[in-house]
Amino acid sequence: MVVTCERVWQEVSNYLEGDLDPSLRAALDEHFHVCPRCASILAGTHNVVQLYGDERLFQLPLGFSGRLQNKLAHEMPAKRGTIYGWVVAAAAGVALIAGGIALSRPKPSIPFEVRSPLAKPGNHIPAKLTVLVAGDSKIFHVAGCDQLRAQDGRIRSMPAEEAEHEGYVPCIRCLGKYLSSIPVDFLKRHFRSGAPA
Amino acid sequence: MLNVDTAISVKVSPGGETHEQELIRRIQNGEREVFYELVRPYQRRVYAAALAVLRNPADAEDAAQEAILKAFAHIGQFRSESRFSTWLIQIAINEARMHRRREHAEIMQPIGEHQDEEGSYIPREFPDWREIPSESLERAEVRELLLRALASLGDKYREIFVLRDVHQLSIEEVAGMLGISRASVKTRLLRARLMLRDLLAPKMSTGWFSRESSPKGNKPW
Repeated sequence: MVVTCERVWQEVSNYLEGDLDPSLRAALDEHFHVCPRCASILAGTHNVVQLYGDERLFQLPLGFSGRLQNKLAHEMPAKRGTIYGWVVAAAAGVALIAGGIALSRPKPSIPFEVRSPLAKPGNHIPAKLTVLVAGDSKIFHVAGCDQLRAQDGRIRSMPAEEAEHEGYVPCIRCLGKYLSSIPVDFLKRHFRSGAPA
Repeated sequence: MLNVDTAISVKVSPGGETHEQELIRRIQNGEREVFYELVRPYQRRVYAAALAVLRNPADAEDAAQEAILKAFAHIGQFRSESRFSTWLIQIAINEARMHRRREHAEIMQPIGEHQDEEGSYIPREFPDWREIPSESLERAEVRELLLRALASLGDKYREIFVLRDVHQLSIEEVAGMLGISRASVKTRLLRARLMLRDLLAPKMSTGWFSRESSPKGNKPW
């Protein structure tokens, strides 16, 4: 079977879905070997599917989870001594301790020059939070983040304020998760943009 | 390929009930405080569904949170005939559409909105884009580029693309959710993928954010 380029364009999506009968699929395979334009369209379309299927693309806004939990808490029937209440209280306690440590030393509010011209410095990040940076990257992370990689194997730890001072910007994934675990009201009360209130 | 489902683990109890089913049963029996545990793995998916409709992060957050609150209010009506995630995303899509109607958010004319679905689509010719793209997503500017390209698609293409390629719903599930035929889903999906390829390939194949703009009047849609 011989297929035209027009037919290939109509079927490229079904080809990626694996939704073609074997003879048509074989014809398309043959066509891709001899037609660079269609091969390029297939590669590009495949890249589109792969990129948009990656969970890193859609990042929750910072604080989304905290705001959601607050709203849900308002919707809960009033109860005393539930497990949920204890969990919220424990989380608030941890956040208070972290905040207290962070507040112990004020941080300059002068914005630092970031290493990436397209990135923005983070907000509401406790100054004393220990973060990790790879010397050849532009981003700082909390321990355990799977995005932390160093080409030369050199990873340094430092307080968040120092990382910001050196021009690193926060990792959207791990810092986003960390900050969303702290009630947003607490963060707003104790930290304004990049500096303790 | 990473996808939003990979973060969701399925634990099965000795009785054959998944952890999710157990949570749903407990909530329906009045233990409503565990609702957040149920929805936590799906927050990103709900937000992405709302963003696909609304194209604006602030509106998408409002709609996503409203959708989760509605799911909380109506969890008693959920029946296990469909997946919980599908039910939740359906609520998010509906909520986002209502939000769009309320806010009259249609300010810019999206690409392909009034395009004839039956006519064939001619992909544009670009330098080859063969980069393995996974690592590029670590760059904020790449994510921004991808989200802007997605936002520029017409509603009917964007919604289907997100349900299928972001949420990995089956063609049948997408057709059922939107109340259209399987053939329409496939046609629109093809167009959405090709349009995105046409939007992204010039940037991805010749370097990020090339200053060269598309030739005027050369858009195939």
